[in-house]
Amino acid sequence: MTLRSLPVGEHGLLIEVDSGEAAEALHAELLRRAAARKLPAVREIVPAARTVFLDGLADPGRLAAELPGWRIPPLDRGHSEIVEVSVRYDGPDLAEVAKRWGVTPEEAVRIHSGAEFRVAFCGFAPGFGYLTGLPERFHVPRHATPRTRVPVGSVALAGGYTGVYPRSSPGGWQLIGTTDAALWDTAREPAALFTPGTRVRFVPEPGTAGPAPGVRPEGTAP
Amino acid sequence: MTDSAFVVVRPGALTTVQDLGRTGHAHLGVPRSGALDQPAHRLANRLVGNAEGAATLETTLTGCAVRLRRPATVAVTGAPCPVTVDGRPAAWGAAVRVPAGALLEAGAAAHGVRSYVAFDGGVEAEPVLGSRATDVLSGLGPAPLADGAVLRLGAPGGPAPGVDGVPHRGVAPELVLPVVLGPRDDWFTPAGLRTLTTGEFRVSAASNRIGLRTEGPSLERAKDGELASEGMALGALQVPPDGRPVLFLADHPTTGGYPVVGVVPEPYLAAAAQAVPGTPVRFTPLGRASWGPRAPRTGAGGLGQ
Repeated sequence: MTLRSLPVGEHGLLIEVDSGEAAEALHAELLRRAAARKLPAVREIVPAARTVFLDGLADPGRLAAELPGWRIPPLDRGHSEIVEVSVRYDGPDLAEVAKRWGVTPEEAVRIHSGAEFRVAFCGFAPGFGYLTGLPERFHVPRHATPRTRVPVGSVALAGGYTGVYPRSSPGGWQLIGTTDAALWDTAREPAALFTPGTRVRFVPEPGTAGPAPGVRPEGTAP
Repeated sequence: MTDSAFVVVRPGALTTVQDLGRTGHAHLGVPRSGALDQPAHRLANRLVGNAEGAATLETTLTGCAVRLRRPATVAVTGAPCPVTVDGRPAAWGAAVRVPAGALLEAGAAAHGVRSYVAFDGGVEAEPVLGSRATDVLSGLGPAPLADGAVLRLGAPGGPAPGVDGVPHRGVAPELVLPVVLGPRDDWFTPAGLRTLTTGEFRVSAASNRIGLRTEGPSLERAKDGELASEGMALGALQVPPDGRPVLFLADHPTTGGYPVVGVVPEPYLAAAAQAVPGTPVRFTPLGRASWGPRAPRTGAGGLGQ
């Protein structure tokens, strides 16, 4: 694995790798080392698409110098439990997504619900996970003009990712369905249903058409 | 009847409950949040005998007014403003004893943006992930103050320790922000980096708790295309497609896809939080972190150490 270390201010370190899979493997290794107390004290460990960002390091340069000597095992996809998310595939963009995939909407539902996803990273809003798992031929662009308001619980696609909006907010992703799953619940530990590494499967609700879920007040997320 | 609460009589433009914020949850998409002017927040707490992590009120430009239901020791710091108790002038930047039933008002900021109102015992609210801070990006924490809202106060501790001489930073004619370059300075041309450090920027009126937006010249990009989303630091200078840097403050998103040309160290962010729209902004290079890539990747001559 090629690791490239970039400085982020005086106490941050951005480690860039070649692929999303490598970023997940590096993140898993960082968590293992943190649990084993083999990582210097750090305030945040934030995985993303091709990077892991560490913030609050006393001496980021020292960790950067150590990294080339690390042996990072490949990602272990086994073990953790699968979170099942019940979905009504009733999104306004389902037909367009199916068309891009060259299939019927029913087949698009089978493709999406047949894939096993994994939370690569979170961001955008508390509880919003970037889920990978769809093969590359099913990647779709985001809308050129974002919707000003995407309802809470919308199941959406953009690029290679699937996401679920934990609250109503503006957004440019392709909406294929809705779920009543509680993506974010501060009474729960962890509050987020999706945390980096979580395995996820989307399960179509029988009789897919349903009432739109309750919509919370307009969010301020970008 | 006394209970440990206050009623909001005038919420002002935006008054929120703030503390030191919630760290350690960025990987779940949770911003740090917390008081934008942390030294002022800490000082307000010290003046009334609270721990520094107690929650205060953070006002924005126009102050706020509350009616207390119990006697309280109160202190207002941050942006200087007239302080009154039942209409009578009281001290700014000092512990003030306010009787039960009295109206406490922090007026409009004489200069600066954000004042901090601390009460002995602190503002009580349900903590979310260990913090009572209002996060305007995510909606976590208590709602911003609204007319007639009732907020609880914690139990007062012992007598305030007495703090002499409140330091005040005064009014800076311009906001000078040192910048550690990276991680994505290579996404900008040498001319773009020169624009960052020589250009005349001003604080935009569109600034908020998420970011201090700037008006001014546009930073020229060396790379087109999109950056994959990556973790964002407090103090990051993110450059959206219009080329005008946005300085990320406490409620910033935890990941983002626009390149970060540099990072302003935390100690300078309090001044940024107090800079009113129109204030000239100057970015001064601190070079790269000493361990970072040695050769400037796009030949940004003169900006290295």
